[in-house]
Amino acid sequence: MIYFQLFYVFFIIGLFTFGGGYAMIPLLESEVVAKYMWLDEETFHNMIAISESTPGPIAVNMATFAGNQIAGPLGALVATVSVILPSFIIILLIAAIMNLLIEKPAVKAVLHGFQGVVIGLIFSTACYFLYNCFLIEDEELGKFDWRIIVIFAVIFLTAIIYKKIRKKDLSPYILLLMGGISGIILYLIN
Amino acid sequence: MEQNKLKETKEKKPNTLLTLFLDYLKIGLFSFGGGLAMLPLIEKTFVEKRKYITSEELLNITSIAEATPGVIAVNCATYIGYKIKGFLGSLVATIGAVLPSFVIILIVSIFYEKFMQVALIKHFVNGLTIAGSYLIFRAGIKLFKSSKKDALSYILIAVSFVSLMIIKIFSVNFSTIYFILIGGFVSLIVYLINLKITKKKESNNNEEKENPKEDKI
Repeated sequence: MIYFQLFYVFFIIGLFTFGGGYAMIPLLESEVVAKYMWLDEETFHNMIAISESTPGPIAVNMATFAGNQIAGPLGALVATVSVILPSFIIILLIAAIMNLLIEKPAVKAVLHGFQGVVIGLIFSTACYFLYNCFLIEDEELGKFDWRIIVIFAVIFLTAIIYKKIRKKDLSPYILLLMGGISGIILYLIN
Repeated sequence: MEQNKLKETKEKKPNTLLTLFLDYLKIGLFSFGGGLAMLPLIEKTFVEKRKYITSEELLNITSIAEATPGVIAVNCATYIGYKIKGFLGSLVATIGAVLPSFVIILIVSIFYEKFMQVALIKHFVNGLTIAGSYLIFRAGIKLFKSSKKDALSYILIAVSFVSLMIIKIFSVNFSTIYFILIGGFVSLIVYLINLKITKKKESNNNEEKENPKEDKI
């Protein structure tokens, strides 16, 4: 039955995805496109584009989309639940154990090492988000797009000035909406 | 048994589960571009506004979410939910984080060919991503300030930043999870070496009975 197959494939994908949504793409392609031939190449590439431009975890977006294309809304539900189930179970176990271990000096030392790398990861992700915007506008990163700089400057200055005046951070939701709206305005002008 | 647990938690704090769900629904709705895009929103909601967790706990949770297999956003939601309200909390937070994606994708996938052609959506998402980049940076600085800082952490931050940048830009197939595990391993080795050195010193002269760790805050 198709639902069992969906469950199995997406559970395995969820289990062996190391490092988030983008790491899932090759795995997903080999299973869903090459092996089971549930989706063709074009639909698969559309799926990635849509998953990036809709809110939420990319892995979940891809699972929902693929599931729906393969077996309708119920397929979407099965694929989504199966892709998040491994995460859910693994983290529940870790969270339960972590409460007992967190005060152990050796565990603290390991976490300290994790933290350093993750802070580097956070900064590199921030830079990569910007870099990716340049790529989206111009596939080859040939042309310099000043609008990206303008939007970034608007967001940055608004956040800084707000903090100076009100002594607290401007809500990230407002900044996100500002970014989205200024994106539309700037590209409509051209 | 689960129902009993539900009753118990409901009697203790009637609104925590509901607020957790609604908070995560909002976070899920506004995070574009994967797991770490949620970080600034989680920081704002659960550290600053609700004060359920501290910055350092958030950094630990993010580290563990990144270092384990699976969907990072889900890993994070499950962990935070568990931390705040046990098993039910983790269930509620995970469903909240995933539900907006699920509903939106289900709607979009019906007419996805048209969706891709609407340029406005692309520009809106582009603008959102640029704002997201600043927000992730800001959240990173906050987490950095709350973390324990020593020579090792500065080295790890610098090395991981540079190498991850190279990996991402040249799209080398090397999972970030390895970096995190290597970082943890190196830090553990440094800790063990320090422990041995202090133990030797202690056996040499018993005057030093201080903390055997390298606490340089």
